[in-house]
Amino acid sequence: MLAGLGLLASPLLHAQDKTIVMASTTSTDQSGLFGHLLPAFKAATGIEVRVVALGTGQALDTARRGDADVVFVHDQAAEEKFVAEGFGLKRLAVMYNDFVVIGPKADPAGVRGSDVTAALTKIAAAGAPFISRGDKSGTHAAELRYWMAARIDLGAARPKGHQECGCGMGPALNIASSSNAYLLADRGTWLNFRNRGELAVLVEGDKRLFNQYGVMVVNPAKHPHVKVALARQFADWVVSSAGQASIAAYRIGGEQLFFPNAGQ
Amino acid sequence: MKRDEPVLAGPAPRLLTLKNAGVRFGEVQALEGVDLTLRRGDRLALVGANGAGKTTLLRLLHGLVAGSGRTAHAVDGRPLVAAMLFQRPFLLHLSVRMNVLLALWLRRVPKAERAARCARALQRVGLGALAERPARTLSGGQQQRLALARAWALQPDILFLDEPTASLDPSARREVENLIEQLAADGVTLVFSTHNLGQAKRLASRVAYLEAGRMLTDLPCDLFFDTRQPPSAAAAFLAGELPWA
Amino acid sequence: MGGGFADSLRAAWALVTGFDARLAEIVGLSLGVSASACALAAGFGMAAGAWLAVARFPGHRAVVAALNTLLALPSVVVGLVVYLLLSRSGPLGAFGILFTTRAMVVAQTILVLPVVAALTRQLIADAWRGNGEQLRSMGAGVVASAALLLLHERLALVTVVLTAFGRAISEVGAVMIVGGNIDGVTRVMTTAIALETSKGDLPLALALGLLLLAVVGLINLLVAALQGNGGGAGARKALA
Repeated sequence: MLAGLGLLASPLLHAQDKTIVMASTTSTDQSGLFGHLLPAFKAATGIEVRVVALGTGQALDTARRGDADVVFVHDQAAEEKFVAEGFGLKRLAVMYNDFVVIGPKADPAGVRGSDVTAALTKIAAAGAPFISRGDKSGTHAAELRYWMAARIDLGAARPKGHQECGCGMGPALNIASSSNAYLLADRGTWLNFRNRGELAVLVEGDKRLFNQYGVMVVNPAKHPHVKVALARQFADWVVSSAGQASIAAYRIGGEQLFFPNAGQ
Repeated sequence: MKRDEPVLAGPAPRLLTLKNAGVRFGEVQALEGVDLTLRRGDRLALVGANGAGKTTLLRLLHGLVAGSGRTAHAVDGRPLVAAMLFQRPFLLHLSVRMNVLLALWLRRVPKAERAARCARALQRVGLGALAERPARTLSGGQQQRLALARAWALQPDILFLDEPTASLDPSARREVENLIEQLAADGVTLVFSTHNLGQAKRLASRVAYLEAGRMLTDLPCDLFFDTRQPPSAAAAFLAGELPWA
Repeated sequence: MGGGFADSLRAAWALVTGFDARLAEIVGLSLGVSASACALAAGFGMAAGAWLAVARFPGHRAVVAALNTLLALPSVVVGLVVYLLLSRSGPLGAFGILFTTRAMVVAQTILVLPVVAALTRQLIADAWRGNGEQLRSMGAGVVASAALLLLHERLALVTVVLTAFGRAISEVGAVMIVGGNIDGVTRVMTTAIALETSKGDLPLALALGLLLLAVVGLINLLVAALQGNGGGAGARKALA
């Protein structure tokens, strides 16, 4: 019993290491950006950032519970709600990446091009298999917006072939790969994905496919233990010229993944 | 009080009394209507067929089972000390010495005395040289001698034995019987059950015969085995067991 | 699929011989967390299990049934409950150990405690059934009997601990939720496997899985060797 309590209590006795917990999304984490960005931040400030990667909805909930010091996700509407509810201090725009429509190389629905709503309309018309994440994530929220823009009501008239997996980007890609289906993915996860099978990028470049990222420090008024000073340093650094340059410098196979746009 | 008692006058002090004692296990009445007075110095043998209630009676006397009609008497103003030997002794996965020491510890023998009592007891039973051996590696006879040492070290008033030599070969049996006799000579009161009527004849001062949970006869040993006497309740049993009866 | 498996075997071998520092860290963390949890669970669980085997009280059977039911505790449920307890918004949030290895040890301890207790109870109850009367005759009460039987059955109890260790080191649900799978901090073998699977790197995931089995297998062999020595010596003496 005493040993157990000791186990719990000893962190309180340690001198404060400079670490913060950041709640972010699995797609961002799996893109490899953090492996590149966070060491640069640590070199500049000596602060270690510990990333807990979840879906966007879960990441925000974790921050609402006070279990994270800073949030870094890509769902502007949800982020603004987070700040409005008083859980976050100001939202700062950081960067954007893009979504792509992935599908079988043979492209039976003929969607190849740079128009996402046209692509979805064709997929629905052909009744082709389409994997949706269905997991409250930023990617899922974006996918729902595109269906709405194509004037297809998923509730009333779900296209034949549309399936929800309730899973992350990687597992969804796994499913699409094994069943030769279409899906919406973020470029970062796609570039790192190994199990491609017959899949390829079919639709890209549509301005509507751009995915905006924002960073927020958790509000100490709601959770006094939050390491505000250190978290603010992170938020400020990532929108500074040093942070933005680091973001732009991250490449996969020579390709830039994230486009810094702080202050815009 | 003992000083005042003339050496030969009066019966030995009572240790345990059973008056119309009984033991019930659920639906089954394992023992019924037993009257027995156990006095210091008695060497009581319990005989009877399997299931007659010998083991239950031993357990009742020792206090291991709940029953009615049992009274234990204080000895020199202190409570009775009793130990029991079983057909197959339970020995811990430890050394011979540790088994005895633990028994002493369980009975709250003062720490200062434990080592000495343990060493003496092991010497008495002839296991002194094997003190550090794992108890489980001993032969059957040696294990029973260890159990005896374990009991002896406690300096008990009564020693109960439940078919103590039933699993032993003849030479081991003789060794153990010798030790039991020595214990009795030291003043320990004995109550033992046995299937071996020769053993009863050798060791007992008194023999009780049980049948279907009742004690039918309780006689001094020589009377019990005397074939010239009118048939006792145990006659049929004896006829079956003893070839010359 | 066959080719994929062969790839994984090759990858697993490469992992072991390559001796990647990060991989070593992940393996070390897995062993450390699960071993700590087993040590804690063994301490409390064996005492509780042995006591339960010997003691009798009204409702005893219900307690045993409840304990055996806890054997089926899903690891993800344990993770969730511990998360809610340790969250800053939860009752034990002030300790601030969420997303650290300490939280993972707590969660795995809770997970394997019923395993140790239930298996110990079964073992000791069997020993008690055979020998309880003799122990009582020697004057042992409930606590002394439980302690002596634990000492008596110590070799068999090793298997109980190994079973608990296997359960702990192979679970992913609890450590994922309370640890957060943070790279370099709370990433263990099982959460790494889950991550690589979701990234689509299936050969690597499978290779890590084989490595995990190999590590646990090695531990089991080691323990068997140690037990074999002790048991063999005892057998030789008995025959002498």
